[in-house]
Amino acid sequence: MNKIGTIFRREFGGYFATPLAYVFIVIFLFVTGIFTFYLGRFFERGEADLGSFFIFHPWLYLFLIPAISMRLWAEERKSGTIELLLTLPIPLWAAVLAKFLAAWAFTGLALALTFPFWITVNYLGNPDNGVILASYIGSLFMAGGYLAIGSCISAVTRNQVIAFVLSVVVCFLFTVAGLPVVLGFFSAWAPQALVDTIASFSFLTHFTAIIRGVIDVRDVLYFASLIVLWLAANAIVIDVKKAG
Amino acid sequence: MIEIQGLVKAFGPFVAVDGLAFTVRRGEVMGFLGPNGAGKSTTMKMITGFLAPTAGRVFICGHDMAREPLAAKRRIGYLPEGAPAYPDMTPRSFLEFIADIRDMKGMGRRGAIRNAIEKVEIGGVLDQPIETLSKGFKRRVGIAQAILHDPDVLILDEPTDGLDPNQKHQVRGLIQAMAKNKAIIISTHILEEVDAVCSRAVIIDRGRIVADGTPAELEAMSRFHNCVTLRLAAAQPGVADALAGLAGVARVEAADESGRAFLIYPEGGRPVVAEVGELARLNGWAVDRLVAEAGRLDEVFRRLTTSDTRDAI
Repeated sequence: MNKIGTIFRREFGGYFATPLAYVFIVIFLFVTGIFTFYLGRFFERGEADLGSFFIFHPWLYLFLIPAISMRLWAEERKSGTIELLLTLPIPLWAAVLAKFLAAWAFTGLALALTFPFWITVNYLGNPDNGVILASYIGSLFMAGGYLAIGSCISAVTRNQVIAFVLSVVVCFLFTVAGLPVVLGFFSAWAPQALVDTIASFSFLTHFTAIIRGVIDVRDVLYFASLIVLWLAANAIVIDVKKAG
Repeated sequence: MIEIQGLVKAFGPFVAVDGLAFTVRRGEVMGFLGPNGAGKSTTMKMITGFLAPTAGRVFICGHDMAREPLAAKRRIGYLPEGAPAYPDMTPRSFLEFIADIRDMKGMGRRGAIRNAIEKVEIGGVLDQPIETLSKGFKRRVGIAQAILHDPDVLILDEPTDGLDPNQKHQVRGLIQAMAKNKAIIISTHILEEVDAVCSRAVIIDRGRIVADGTPAELEAMSRFHNCVTLRLAAAQPGVADALAGLAGVARVEAADESGRAFLIYPEGGRPVVAEVGELARLNGWAVDRLVAEAGRLDEVFRRLTTSDTRDAI
């Protein structure tokens, strides 16, 4: 277990050893601001909540998270350090988990740095802080889902650009699965059960449920099991590549 | 301490390693030779558990790599091809990271790190990011990482690649110093290195062992084994014929264009240098140089590792 901690610290520190972390955080905060204030009409809405802030998170993550996850394994493979890491006496799952957790913690840090929004809205009015907390938790779990997908795809290739593009595509599919335009396409011919299944795979469906303030265990469980599944797939991909 | 049995690795239809088997004991330094693409690195990746073999087994100190990978990996120090290391880390933080992963604690950990740093002499660059280091330093950081936990088994893939002659000498000295109580495999294509550090050499070609013996035994396979080079001070007529007439001499060749240097091949590789010397003395030749060769490893290497290729084409 403490080896997970060791790899976690190395990985987490690795983000700050290069400008990557700072660039990411600045862009994240900047884009969040633009979305919230311009597209989300934060002030014009005249409501003391962070709905216009959280509503854009899936779209933000869609592009920003693959930028984080693309390097997770692709870079190790390219630089050859994967050979070092996997010949050290640690189980493969521990390496997968530790790298994921470090990336997740980093995303969590970026998310936490949006706290001025929370201060602002509390200064301007009396928001429901329970809903805001739930939304932050939901957002963090959703980020974990995107990251797990990206981590797995990053293990497939040594090319970070390919990893990025593939991750965006897969994340996009998971994001929009619940939109009427997608469901409409299926509902014309598919049985309702299938349509419901597809809808239930959507990040949007689960996330909007959470930011409405309805913290349903199932929504959190959805993201948690999604993370577990993609990380398991991640380990399998690496193991299969090992068998060459 | 290292035992491999019937090791096979196929990438699709391409068989990179084809039924390798050998054992390396404590105290042995095995030089692993072969042309590029012969399967050296692939074999080392399987021994260290990075690649899973298509068939065959690897035992490290009795631990089956397929069944007890962690126990086996704990006993191994490994320098992968190209000496990869995390570029954003410094040698110090990198070695501390490896020490933590290898469960080293307290005094032992600090001592081991200091010891490894001293052995490969990277004390001067400890706090520079690894990506800014020269190739030689990077290689030495990789070696420090491999020897950090004083492993029983050391697998070094081209440990002296990219080092200058002084550093090469130093790393070879380091390997020899550690050889006594470890089983070591080094891959190299620098043949002089085999003579310098290895107690045994295994040559592979197309994934198969084509020679396995001490460096002296391999040299004896050379057509130059016990071949005598004779150079006279001045060209003289009839020398070649006189040499060819000597008992035990198979063939005489001109060694160069000067007409006064000869290569004398003995029959059946038996030493003839004494006879040649005697002949020179009897004939009153002014001898410039008279040397018997042990054999040429590069020639053995070329002969063993290209014969297959020619057959295949």
